[in-house]
Amino acid sequence: MSWETVIGLEIHAQLATRSKIFSGAATAYGAEPNTQACLVDLGYPGVLPVLNAEAVRMAVKFGLAIGASIAPRSVFARKNYFYPDLPKGYQISQYELPIVHDGRLDIELEDGSTSSVHIIRAHLEEDAGKSLHENFTGLTAIDLNRAGTPLIEIVSAPDMRSAKEAVAYMKKIHQLVRYLGICDGNMQEGSFRCDANVSVRRAGSDQLGTRTETKNLNSFRFLERAILHEVERQIEVLESGGKVVQETRLYDPDRDETRSMRSKEEANDYRYFPDPDLLPVVIDAGFIDAVRAGMPELPDARRERFVAAYGLPAADAALLAASIELADWFEAVLAAAPGSARLAANWINGELMAALNRDGLGIEASRVSPEQLAGLLRRVMDDTISGKLAKQVFELLWSEGGDADTIIDRQGLRQITDSSAIEAVVDQVLAANPGQVAEFRAGKTKVMGFLVGQIMKASAGKANPAQVNELLKRKLQG
Amino acid sequence: MSRPGITQLARALRARETSSRELVAGALARIEAQDRVLNSFISVAAGQALAAADRADQQLARGEGGPLTGIPFAHKDIFCTAGLRTTCASKMLADFIPPYDATVVSRLAAAGIVVLGKTNMDEFAMGSSNETSFFGPVRNPWDLQRSPGGSSGGSAAAVAAGLVPAATGTDTGGSIRQPAALTGITGLKPTYGRVSRYGMVAFASSLDQAGILTLSAEDAALLLSAMAGFDPRDSTSADLPVPDYMAQLGEAVAGRRIGLPKEFFDAGLDPASASAVREALRVYEQLGAKLVEISLPSLALSVPTYYIVAPAECSSNLSRFDGVRFGYRHEGAQTLEELYKKSRGEGFGAEVKRRILTGTYVLSAGYYDAYYLKAQKARQLIARDFRRCFAEVDIIAGPTAPTPAFRLGEKVDDPVQMYLNDIYTIAVNLAGLPGISIPCGYSTGLPVGLQLVGPHFGEGRLLNFAHLYQRETDWHTQLPPAVAGPGA
Amino acid sequence: MRAHGFPPGVINGPVAVKLTPQDVEHIAHLARLEIGAGEIDSVAAKLSSIMSFVDQLQAADTGSVEPMAHPLDMAQRLRADEVTEHDQRDLFQRNSSAAADGFYTVPRVIE
Repeated sequence: MSWETVIGLEIHAQLATRSKIFSGAATAYGAEPNTQACLVDLGYPGVLPVLNAEAVRMAVKFGLAIGASIAPRSVFARKNYFYPDLPKGYQISQYELPIVHDGRLDIELEDGSTSSVHIIRAHLEEDAGKSLHENFTGLTAIDLNRAGTPLIEIVSAPDMRSAKEAVAYMKKIHQLVRYLGICDGNMQEGSFRCDANVSVRRAGSDQLGTRTETKNLNSFRFLERAILHEVERQIEVLESGGKVVQETRLYDPDRDETRSMRSKEEANDYRYFPDPDLLPVVIDAGFIDAVRAGMPELPDARRERFVAAYGLPAADAALLAASIELADWFEAVLAAAPGSARLAANWINGELMAALNRDGLGIEASRVSPEQLAGLLRRVMDDTISGKLAKQVFELLWSEGGDADTIIDRQGLRQITDSSAIEAVVDQVLAANPGQVAEFRAGKTKVMGFLVGQIMKASAGKANPAQVNELLKRKLQG
Repeated sequence: MSRPGITQLARALRARETSSRELVAGALARIEAQDRVLNSFISVAAGQALAAADRADQQLARGEGGPLTGIPFAHKDIFCTAGLRTTCASKMLADFIPPYDATVVSRLAAAGIVVLGKTNMDEFAMGSSNETSFFGPVRNPWDLQRSPGGSSGGSAAAVAAGLVPAATGTDTGGSIRQPAALTGITGLKPTYGRVSRYGMVAFASSLDQAGILTLSAEDAALLLSAMAGFDPRDSTSADLPVPDYMAQLGEAVAGRRIGLPKEFFDAGLDPASASAVREALRVYEQLGAKLVEISLPSLALSVPTYYIVAPAECSSNLSRFDGVRFGYRHEGAQTLEELYKKSRGEGFGAEVKRRILTGTYVLSAGYYDAYYLKAQKARQLIARDFRRCFAEVDIIAGPTAPTPAFRLGEKVDDPVQMYLNDIYTIAVNLAGLPGISIPCGYSTGLPVGLQLVGPHFGEGRLLNFAHLYQRETDWHTQLPPAVAGPGA
Repeated sequence: MRAHGFPPGVINGPVAVKLTPQDVEHIAHLARLEIGAGEIDSVAAKLSSIMSFVDQLQAADTGSVEPMAHPLDMAQRLRADEVTEHDQRDLFQRNSSAAADGFYTVPRVIE
């Protein structure tokens, strides 16, 4: 009997505001403990929250990007529970009336199939602080710098049927929030993380099985591993006649398994009620229009434009549009080297990616700038340099900097296009290889390649290959 | 022995007949002499006060400053005062030193007022008798065996006894108006949102409002002008201009309609208090106002509604007191749960714990709809009653409290009896309206309060009505025996 | 006893809602309040009397009434996204006996 996996994700994305959602403290990552926790973040007696306009704008931006409804009136509620990283004893969140609801995101899987995920809601809330359990003998240490950082929690329907699909969805949201500029997407720092609701059911059943919630998955790989483990575990439980317990679980990457988090389970009666310190958030058409006017081009639209406007193959376009930084980089090259689209795409997806990977760098830290690459591509396009030698120039640009023209001149890499000069080399090579010439004339046209190679070698790679071919053919057949 | 109000003191200061230092020193001496018995102050900041008085005197000498410059004053110990202990009359905050000033505190400081100290109150403002204070009950200057009311009982007693001419209070269900009534002074609770709540330790956020206890409506107008107005740190603060309250005092009320809710004059009202209030209303008739009987049919729902909404909000507001970042901490706890439960169990008093438990219960799974949601709907009915009435009348009048001051200990063991003390005041908080209590006579020798309620942001109208009454009567100038002295 | 506008029997009438000691223990746990074993019964009795009193709301006809969360009919004001607060950790931590190395500390939490 086969089983079907059912997955829904709750993604938490920290919004890239300068200040916190309800206070004027900074949100920057990595500060000394509790130096970015102001009275409001600490939940001091008497202080009050005031909502950050930018957090609202960002949530609306996200809503528009997934074609969702923006609530004309949304309400902040208090989620009450005690935990040391939650200074007020409640988290300000949205419960009954979230700011964004009913959106949709189309995703493509590796096998080329597509699916559409319903996003039930996306609501604004405040992040909690951090508990540190190490290095304090018998104590847990609390750093509240993160407390009050704005989050958008994006809740999907249980629409995904495999770990791969869940990963594709999470990646797509990741790509989207970075395109929108509403989240830095830094998963190591916890800016983007998710909880996975996983259940299994008999294939063909339309009843949902009992689900578990695996918390705080902060990498795509952990998400995939956690789901795979959880599915396997649930099937094992069910096949041995047991019942899946609805509970919160934690993924342990060291052991590659999930385990129950009973400590957080015991009393989850959150006693939500409208936060009386905050009034309903009213969003009118004017507000939405202003946000819409500032919307960037979204990833799918950009990818499609790369195909339509530049004639890129779909796969190349998808690679380039994968992140907004890369897509911007690509278009910066085009701006400096018009008409180079396909060439630029090949160079970026090929040489540049290889160099970045080799040095473990992201595109933002590339040693070669779009302008530098454009300078090189211009010389490839005007036949100043061959594609092969261009790779040498690229390596020099990467390791030493400078500009392509200077390197080409300094290294004497300028392509030889003077036909008499090429002819001299051709004659010299033909004279040196009478055997191969005879073979060619006897019908073994394959030796042509060998002869071209010899000519290119003799010209130190600088002879224009097209001219070499043409001249050689004429001489051999003549 | 006299008991001058702010207006008189300001005149004397301007005329250089006295100095702020002299006023403050006098007030400190009175506190020293009388407060061992009254227990109206939790903290007295003599050094700070004298230094502030000297600064005020320098300002006045330069011809600077305003009508509040140099006036001795006290804050209810629920307003955060930077560097000055703020306890909320709780063991939980017995050693708490706020690192910041409440907006009310900073605005009044900017107006030149001199703070002598922090007044006693019911713990976290939860109570109607001042008996829930960790620092002991306050005594009513009119009868030391009786309660001054609560929760702003310390401020009320201190003003009534003439220790300071005015003090702040907070009113969540009647906590300014009821003690003002029980101690024979003027107590103004402004419209919700009129005065910033920033820095006022929250009890029930949708009901709490800062106000003042004074010797006259005129003094209240002066103070409100300095306290009121938009505060960007409080999302629930109204972004509306503050009218000149002093300028509205003295406006004629001929032809104005005063609504008398029949539910305010029911069988629960002490007969002598009822006659005092009816007598007071005759004064308005003489001024040309019309008395109109009205009905607030949902009024009976107000106390039960309040005792769901207020505990629900308080149960959440008080969760921050966990022994970690501030406040009482049970030392030696082995587990987090023990730290929380012992710190909170030991730091909070019985009434606060009862309200936290009640609030937790009404919000908990399975009870939310039956209690909390139901109460929110009842709250709407109550507010609707007032909206309907204010379409017909300019102001609503009635008693402030069902009885005059009761004996200390009389109700302390029966929470429901205690809650019913606020039957005439609570609905006003639920609807977010402004209300004022002014003295209007006696019942068995104890002061009776007349309550006036206005429409939203109708403080100017309220203060004017109160002022006109005080121009015609002298109840508000009559001294309690504790001030008049033995044999007076 | 005065009626205060309530139907007779409500104030000192029969206890309509009764909280058991287990109920009290449950909500005391949710609220993280220690209540001594000896106090549970009296707390249960007082809470029962409070809940019986507020329970009279059940009789109110609130069918189609819009719940009222707040006395003001205003919308939430939005604050500009600006950093206005700066580090005052040392001052803020003076109120804590459990601050160490810039952190706040609690007994070890096991996850």
